[in-house]
Amino acid sequence: MISKGAQDRKRTFLIITIVTVALFFCFNTLPLIKGFIYSFTNFKGYGSYEWVGLRNYKDLFGDARVGKSYLFTFKYAVVGTIITNIVSLMLALGLNSKIKGKSALRGIYFIPNVLGGLVIGYIFSFFFTYVLPVIGQSMGIEGLSSSMLSSTDKAWIAIVIVGCWQAIAMNTIIYISGLQTVPEDVYEAGAIDGVTGWKKFKSLTFPLIIPFFSINMVLCMKNFLMVFDQVMALTKGGPSQSTESISYLIYNNGMSGGQFGFQSANAFLFFVVIVAISVIQMTATGKKEEQL
Amino acid sequence: MKKHNKQTAAVNWPITILLILGCITIFFPLYMALIIAFKQPMEMTNDIAGALAFPAQWSFANFSEAMRVTDFWNSLGNSLLLTVSTVVIAIVLHGLAGYAIGRSMIKSKTYNVIYLYIVSGMFVPFAILMMPLVKQTAQMGMANRLGVILLYVVFYMPLNMMLYKGYLTNIPIALEEAARVDGASTWRTYWSIVFPIMKPMHATVAVLTAMSTWNDVMTPLVIMSGTGKNTLPLAQLNFQTQFGTNYNLAFASYLLALIPILLFYIICQKQILNGVVNGAVK
Repeated sequence: MISKGAQDRKRTFLIITIVTVALFFCFNTLPLIKGFIYSFTNFKGYGSYEWVGLRNYKDLFGDARVGKSYLFTFKYAVVGTIITNIVSLMLALGLNSKIKGKSALRGIYFIPNVLGGLVIGYIFSFFFTYVLPVIGQSMGIEGLSSSMLSSTDKAWIAIVIVGCWQAIAMNTIIYISGLQTVPEDVYEAGAIDGVTGWKKFKSLTFPLIIPFFSINMVLCMKNFLMVFDQVMALTKGGPSQSTESISYLIYNNGMSGGQFGFQSANAFLFFVVIVAISVIQMTATGKKEEQL
Repeated sequence: MKKHNKQTAAVNWPITILLILGCITIFFPLYMALIIAFKQPMEMTNDIAGALAFPAQWSFANFSEAMRVTDFWNSLGNSLLLTVSTVVIAIVLHGLAGYAIGRSMIKSKTYNVIYLYIVSGMFVPFAILMMPLVKQTAQMGMANRLGVILLYVVFYMPLNMMLYKGYLTNIPIALEEAARVDGASTWRTYWSIVFPIMKPMHATVAVLTAMSTWNDVMTPLVIMSGTGKNTLPLAQLNFQTQFGTNYNLAFASYLLALIPILLFYIICQKQILNGVVNGAVK
């Protein structure tokens, strides 16, 4: 005998779940499947189309523009993740030490995270185009005397700077909350053994905040790989497609470039890559945690 | 304990000063935006002073012009509408979903699979859904603000549901069972007992959802492009050509776009920082 109350509970839960799953399926899984199907066609985004089998996937690996966008996106994500994590860990250590105006400083360093990437990108775009070259010229630094954004070698660095400027804010806050979980007596015990400075950080602090390190690596890498706003605001993929991120390429060529089918294949490959990287990162950091 | 207090009393001045100097990197772009927004085009000389020195006159003319050109109040209204609706629906729907699925998971394997199915949606980048969704929303007659709200509700579902579910595992089921014995329906028990208990999580969900929604450009860009309606960030993109080389006008507009979220941050700083940490760590 199931009581009336238990039955009511089961039924209510079932209704809620059905509504939730239906919504999720309709606007997440269904477009995912549709995208996968389109990736086997030569659909332009309009008109009729034909099945082309695996040709899009084969072409992806031979397409110079796609290759370039993967190279840029990975270069950007790896360099950005490293810089962001180093700087934000240092910032977090500083903001967690015995300083004056702690909460005000923490509040200030988080500001970049609440501001939208597009508008920040536009503001930095002006800085890189008009202000930095003037500074470079007056200081006689040749590398900076012309706009970074119009150089195929240096435009990506500008995007890294803007991306990091925003990402550091988020990572710092996560590292601070990690540092706060380290009990004071660990340091006291370390102090008795005479462990200080870099050694204290390496052998005491860092092992204890590894879970936070792995959160930051995964979050940071994922966000950097999906970069769109900064590219849109700073370079629109230029000069000569040197800063075209994968998301931007899919948007640009898929939506208005008549490559709906081809870019669907690209999008699906991108999806697989993101899942693979996240899984690798999580198992790698998971193993490290176990060892300690 | 006393020893601790003595230690905290010794302020580390070198680090304090370094950190204060570091704030320049945060304020510099904002300062530059402010200065340029108040200047006139003829004041924009080709040296550093052009971008960084105080304007000859602090006039709000650029701001009122920017409001007119970008249809500021309508864009602001749209941004508010999208953000507030998404947050309210997220709290109601994702809270219910986290509760129903989270509680059922204890006994049922099927619900475990459903949970994993939805949570795995976190790995699906918008770029892959974008093109089919544009077609789909157009076919359904939802290539408008309503469609964008609905999409946000679905995109933030995995994270929010996970947060609610995680929070509920620490809340004893006995409370609900007591209510059931008293004859209250599950629906009523949720609203009168469970929903109020989840208040801290509502704050986290609201903050995370609001910030992502407010700053998002890509979704309204591809879904609402046919409606002629803008959100605040989207307006900056769509009016780029109209700003032309009038950077003063453009920067006034950028500042106007940044001010609402900055105010929100200043007022709710504590909740925002807590929310962000909760969201990331859990």
